[in-house]
Amino acid sequence: MPGYISIRNLQKYYGHYHALRGIDLEIARGEVVCVVGPSGSGKSTLIRCINRLEDFSTESAIHVDSVPVLPGANLAKVRAEVGMVFQSFNLFPHLTVRQNIMLAPRRVRGTSKTAAAAQADQLLARVGLASQAEKYPSGLSGGQQQRVAIARALAMEPQVLLFDEPTSALDPEMVGEVLDVMRDLAQTGVTMVVVTHEMGFARQVADRVIFMDGGEVIESAPPAEFFSAPRETRTRNFLHAVLDH
Amino acid sequence: MDLFETFFNLEVLARSFPMLLKGLWLTLELGAASILAGLVLGLALCMMRLYAVSPVRILTRIYIDVFRSIPLLVLLIIVYYALPFIGVRLSPFVSAMTALTMVSGAYTAEIFRSGIEAIPKGQFEAAAALGLGHRQTMVDVILPQSIRMVIPPLTNNSINVVKDTALASVVAMPDLLKQATQAQALAANPSPLIGAAAIYLAFLLPLVLLVSRLERRLSRGKA
Ligand SMILES: Nc1ncnc2c1ncn2[C@@H]1O[C@H](COP(=O)(O)OP(=O)(O)OP(=O)(O)O)[C@@H](O)[C@H]1O
Ligand SMILES: [Mg+2]
Repeated sequence: MPGYISIRNLQKYYGHYHALRGIDLEIARGEVVCVVGPSGSGKSTLIRCINRLEDFSTESAIHVDSVPVLPGANLAKVRAEVGMVFQSFNLFPHLTVRQNIMLAPRRVRGTSKTAAAAQADQLLARVGLASQAEKYPSGLSGGQQQRVAIARALAMEPQVLLFDEPTSALDPEMVGEVLDVMRDLAQTGVTMVVVTHEMGFARQVADRVIFMDGGEVIESAPPAEFFSAPRETRTRNFLHAVLDH
Repeated sequence: MDLFETFFNLEVLARSFPMLLKGLWLTLELGAASILAGLVLGLALCMMRLYAVSPVRILTRIYIDVFRSIPLLVLLIIVYYALPFIGVRLSPFVSAMTALTMVSGAYTAEIFRSGIEAIPKGQFEAAAALGLGHRQTMVDVILPQSIRMVIPPLTNNSINVVKDTALASVVAMPDLLKQATQAQALAANPSPLIGAAAIYLAFLLPLVLLVSRLERRLSRGKA
């Protein structure tokens, strides 16, 4: 049975560089998948293909909720269902926190101003930033900015959330507050694909951990199995390297 | 003859003042109209230069480069003196505005482009990931951020346009400079020219200073 997110033979080239070498992946509705792997292994490229921030070759196919992720009219539909959180937050600096969250519901869904504002305030409360609505992003700490970015993604009520190393740009003391929000989200039934170096998070929260190397999925297993009994040598070497310090 | 009497003859200045004012009014009208039309043309050119299909993009690029290279005076004379040969007869004002707009539009397009290209890729990606279309991304996310950055160079360009309106006097438009030269001929005294220079300065010098201040503020904001 095809998954909620279905990736078939995903091939990605940057010029002549073969970044993704035929990835097949089925992700079920509500599943939380953590993607780990060394730098340059193609983790970002993989999740950026899911909402087609990266183009991919025609021999590949990605479906989200049975909708093909192709350029054109469908793409906006897919993107409205698929939220994304970036390593560098990418908040809109000229808008207040509340306006950042309201923008997409207003413009894409046509939500009224009052409804969008009320929803924004609700979401801000949910990520623990109820008092920050009037501020501009530059007035917030990194951890707060990333929580706003999560609230902004949630405002579209997405079925899928993609995270690309959401805590990698944060000072260590702020990593926890963002991971806590993500942990709560994982309980809500939203489908999550999380590229991360936080092995503790992957171990506790993921339903499945995927290890990528050289543009391929090397191993895919539930965290208990993945961390205690990895089958592949490359996975073992990677885990040794990251868990030893 | 006394130098002061020659160049700063107050009586001549006072007499020519109404003429100069009329010229000033026309200069400002021509400047404002050309600046506004140039902004619209520039934004349209910039969007085509960046986002149109490739043949349109190439044509736009050629337009921009040609009109940044051609001397304005040459263009103005072509519009006013050459177009009538194919039956296109434009008034001095419209000729001058056409030439000024075509050139200002080319510069403005490049200014907008630099403003857009200075916005980090992540802003485009965040907008796309939220499902915003191209137009919404531009209007709600990119342009509001670009505007801040392009205000100093746009003001600079506007100063240039106002200065260049003086060229319109060669196509017999009674702008500030033309009025001044006529008043000078009437009075057989160059004071009106000095008066005109003072009026240009009174309008443009504050703008020049404003640009410097804005640029300083923006560069401080970045640090
Ligand atoms: N825009 C691009 N142009 C050319 N090559 C690229 C581009 N983006 C990524 N690559 C290359 O594709 C490969 C995979 O990159 P990707 O960013 O997906 O890796 P990653 O697993 O996310 O790494 P990291 O942990 O460092 O973020 C890398 O070798 C990278 O150099
Ligand atoms: Mg990456």
